[in-house]
Parts: sequence; structure tokens; C-alpha cells
Amino acid sequence: MYVAVKGGERAIGNAHAWLAEERRGDTAVAELSVAQIREQLTLAVNRVMAEGSLYDRDLAALAIKQARGDLIEAIFLIRAYRTTLPRLGASIPVDTAAMACDRRISATFKDLPGGQVLGPTFDYTHRLLDFKLAAEGAVPEAPLRAAESGPVPHVAGFLNREGLIEEAPQDDTPPPDLTREPLAMPADRALRLQALARADEGFTLGMAYSTQRGYARTHAFVGELRIGTVAVEMDIPELGFAIEIGEITLTECETVNQFKGSKTEPPQFTRGYGLVFGQTERKAISMALVDRALRWQELGEDDQGAPAQDAEFVLYHGDNIQATGFLEHIKLPHYVDFQSELELVRKLRREAGADAAKEAVQ
Amino acid sequence: MTETAYNFAYLDEQTKRMIRRALLKALAIPGYQVPFASREMPMPYGWGTGGVQVSAAVLTPDDVLKVIDQGADDTTNAVSIRSFFQRTAGVATTTRTQEATVIQTRHRIPEVPLTEGQILVYQVPIPEPLRFLEPRESETRKMHALEDYGLMHVKLYEDISRHGHIATAYAYPVRVEARYVMDPSPIPKFDNPKLGDCPAIQLFGAGREQRLYALPPWTQVVSLDFEDHPFEPSKADHPCGLCGATDSYLDEVIVDDVGGRMFVCSDTDYCEARQAQGHRGKDAA
Repeated sequence: MYVAVKGGERAIGNAHAWLAEERRGDTAVAELSVAQIREQLTLAVNRVMAEGSLYDRDLAALAIKQARGDLIEAIFLIRAYRTTLPRLGASIPVDTAAMACDRRISATFKDLPGGQVLGPTFDYTHRLLDFKLAAEGAVPEAPLRAAESGPVPHVAGFLNREGLIEEAPQDDTPPPDLTREPLAMPADRALRLQALARADEGFTLGMAYSTQRGYARTHAFVGELRIGTVAVEMDIPELGFAIEIGEITLTECETVNQFKGSKTEPPQFTRGYGLVFGQTERKAISMALVDRALRWQELGEDDQGAPAQDAEFVLYHGDNIQATGFLEHIKLPHYVDFQSELELVRKLRREAGADAAKEAVQ
Repeated sequence: MTETAYNFAYLDEQTKRMIRRALLKALAIPGYQVPFASREMPMPYGWGTGGVQVSAAVLTPDDVLKVIDQGADDTTNAVSIRSFFQRTAGVATTTRTQEATVIQTRHRIPEVPLTEGQILVYQVPIPEPLRFLEPRESETRKMHALEDYGLMHVKLYEDISRHGHIATAYAYPVRVEARYVMDPSPIPKFDNPKLGDCPAIQLFGAGREQRLYALPPWTQVVSLDFEDHPFEPSKADHPCGLCGATDSYLDEVIVDDVGGRMFVCSDTDYCEARQAQGHRGKDAA
């Protein structure tokens, strides 16, 4: 005897309780604090802040804890929280030329004003498991040196003096706000960069990598990669001038790309740009490559039909919260659609004589 | 009890105003997809964020809310969305179609005819009926603007020439007031006839795709077809095993592992009301 399934409410409640228990894991092991995540899983925290579009290390760490380390789930928690926050105003554009750099490297010039500063990077580590870490060894102190006090000018500026690189177009139009306006095509560069800055790191990496392997190839040099803190300033109407309200860590990447010239543009180097919250250099470099690939139209390049040239393709599929939601929703009940498909397939099979043929074989 | 940290029905008033404006535009141009600045909701995209935003924008404290998924009030996601609005809006809820003033639905239209004053809110995954024929939004918007629906008719014609039928069983496209071709959301085509000349307001929300559209009351809605291949709503050719109804859409339930199955109303409220009136199907206890 069939009784219609009931008890969804109780099942949900129980599932949540089980989830909370699993999240905590073995209670004989000390619980992870939010501060520990913030301080020791910083790159995860950075990714959650970047793709969650909310610069708050404590909230990002909390989200990671709540999400059991699933970073896309953590990003989702941050996004859902962020969207409820009131907008008090907008900062004035941050000045990355005035960044206090922890890391600043150029792949195009051996030495340059401001110097090459490696900073805390994995780049030259040997990827050997460090079993000392498992034994909770103390960390030797890193040697200190006084910071250089001189300016750290942008590398692209040197090339620009010779006219070898395209001008960075100056445009003071307030950029559109992707989180307050529906995405509309065609998207201008400001909107594309905004979408890329919060796009999934893996998706952006895959898109960037595809351009390197020949799908809309524009050979990219890392003209400059810089990571450090910048001041955030805001105009206060009552005061009539801008005051500093805090500082944030950013990763900025500017690529210098080969460009042979087109019908409309002379041969010169062109730029790709990436700017992301926190130390997130894989994402920033990827973003710069994809940005450059998406600029094919304004530079008069050919449409090669490559995925990374297709703004609709990139922008509509790069958001991991949208993507994972739609992907995972196929877990939800689809009895009704499936039933209507069942009826249709049965009808078509009946008419095609398929069932009769099958019976004949048996 | 409502969660006081959030505004009534979760969304802030500015956001609700933005959504209401989009809804008014949608009602003024029936079947036209209005872009709106969809917000991230505390449930994932694909779980009905569009419908939830529309419901949040139209709910008032006096409303009585019903939420169904696959026609049923007790499917997990219907339970979850209902409890979301109980928590954030404190509105009264019901499972009775006749008592509800706002009904949020996924994949079904209730069997009991809707009445004036009711609002039916649909959760929509892909609002663009032309999407699977043309993946580019920039192109499909142009096609709608130019009323260029040839591609859709060719697709339906190809179905007929290959299968003898239009091989679309749900999300069957409709034409609204002889103008816009519209996706009715993934309802079975059995439900399509209920879309037109409906006394209730029908609102459609697609959160991830950032689109809203609407059918004002008494709108003409025609399922696409050909003169020699007229549209046919279809359902399983059985009466309901529990209430004996012959006019309702049925779910097929597998009852054992040797091919046993029974058919029951997908609309649980309809089925329960009929059983309460003494109707019995062949599988009823």
C-alpha cells in the first residue's frame, strides 16, 4: 500500500543536525577557531573574499569554517550575506601606483625602479611535503630588511613613454555595478573586468590557459605583478574632501601582449589587466589574459571563434555561484517533467513499433 | 516568529521596489522578459531564487502563502521555501489552493481553478524559450524584438516530420496575445491550457538568469502548434490510484521491484480534498 511521501520538514531538520555534527568532526580533536583559519588558511580566505566580493577576513574565515572547507559554498555564504548590506557610498578609485608592495615582480625587465621584490611566494619552493609541519614545528623567523621608500611606478608606464604600448584609455564614467544591475550584452570593459574579478578562479584559469594554448593566442608577458596594501578613501560630503577609511590588500597584474597591428591600430604592445582582493595571483594573471582576449573587437583582431574571445560565453558562465546552483539543482525533484517525458517516450516507442519488436525478440 | 534582523520577507524595501517596478513592466507587456537585478538569496540559484524574490516583493503581512513543488506541498524544497517565508515574513501559510492568496510553484499549476485576487508565482530555470535553438542572449533578444519566431516553428515542424509529434512534453512554448513567445517554465504541457484566460495574476521569476515576466489576468495564451497537428495536453492514461480523479495530472510511483506501479495525483491538495469528500481510487486503503 502506497502512502504519499510525507515528513519533508523532519527530514530536513535531521539532515541539518547531521551536517552540523559532521562539520565538527571528531570532538576528541580540538575545534578550529575562526582566527586560526584567518591566519593560517589565508589564501583560502583571500579566494573567498575575492569571489564573494566582500573584503572581510573574519567573515570569510567564518564562512570557510561553516562550509566545511568547501570554498564555493563559503563564497556563496558571503555573497548571500553581502547582498543584504546597505550601500553607504562608493570609495574613490584606489591608487595601485601608491601600493605598499609585499611582492612586485616584472617578467619583462631585469631591474627597474622600485626593484624586484619576491615577497612570500611559493614560486621557488620545492614541492616536497614538509613533514615537520605535521609535527607542529616552530617557524624560523624570516629575516627583516627596511622597506624601500622610493616610488614603485607601474612597468607599463616605461613602455608607454616610448609609445610602444597602447594608451590605457582614461575614462571617468562611473562603472556599472554588476551586483545592482542585470548583466547586459554587449558588456564594456569595466563590466567585464568586474565580472572577471569575482569569477571562479578555476574557470578563469581554464579560459586563460586556453588562450596560451592557441585558442585566441595573444602571447602574454607578465609586465608586472604586484601585491600589497592600498588605502581606501572616500569622499565625505559633509567634509568636502576624501578621507582614508582603511586599507586593503590587492593583487594587480598587468600583462604586455604582442600585437602585430590591425587595420585600425599600429603595431604595439597591448594590455591585459587583472585586479583581485587579497594575495590571489593565479586569479589575477588569469584575469589579465582573459581580459586581453576579450578585447579583440576594439583592437580590430579577427574573431577566431575561441571561447575566451566570446564575452557572452565567459561572463555568463564564469560565476561559480550561478553555475553550481544551476548544476546542482538537478538533484531536486523533477517527477513531473520526467513523467511527461516518460509518457512521450512510451508513445513514440509505441508508434515506432519498438516495444512490439522487443517482444518479438524475446 | 519572524527573524527581526531581516526586513519583512527578507529583501530590503529598495530591492522590493526594484522588483515591483520590473513586475509592473512585465504585466504591461505580457510575455516579455524584463531584465532585473536579481539578488543572491540565501538559497542556491536553481532552488527557486527568482520565484522567492517575486514572492518576497508581492507578499503583504495579510497574505496567505502556499508553496508547491511538483504539485506537492510536502516536497523538501516546498517545505524549505515555505518555512523561509514563515521565518522572515511571518505570513500565514496553507496547503489549500482556494485559501491561498499567493502560491509559489515549481513545475505545476494547481488543479483547482485559480480565482481573481490570487497570484501564482512560478520558479523559472531558463526563461528564454529560444535558448536551446540559439544560445546567445544578444541574438534571442533581437529575435523577440523582430518577432522572428521562424526557428521555433522549424523546430516543431522537424519534430513532427521525425516523430509524428511535437516532441516537447514540458516547458511547452506558448504565444502570448499573439506577440511574445514565452516559456511557461517546466510545467507539463497538460497544464498549458490553464495559462490562458486565467483570473489570477501569473508572475514568473528567473533569478540566475535575471529575468521576470508575467501574464496579467485574462490574457490570451496559445500553445504553439500547426493546424494539422493541433496542440494536445497529455497525461498518464489512468485514474488516480488514491482519489480516482480522471482529470488531474498524475505521478507514476514505483511500488515494488517487479514492475508494479501506481498513478497518483501530483497535486497533493487536490487529491487529499477529493479523498476527504469520500472519493476512492483502486489503490486506496
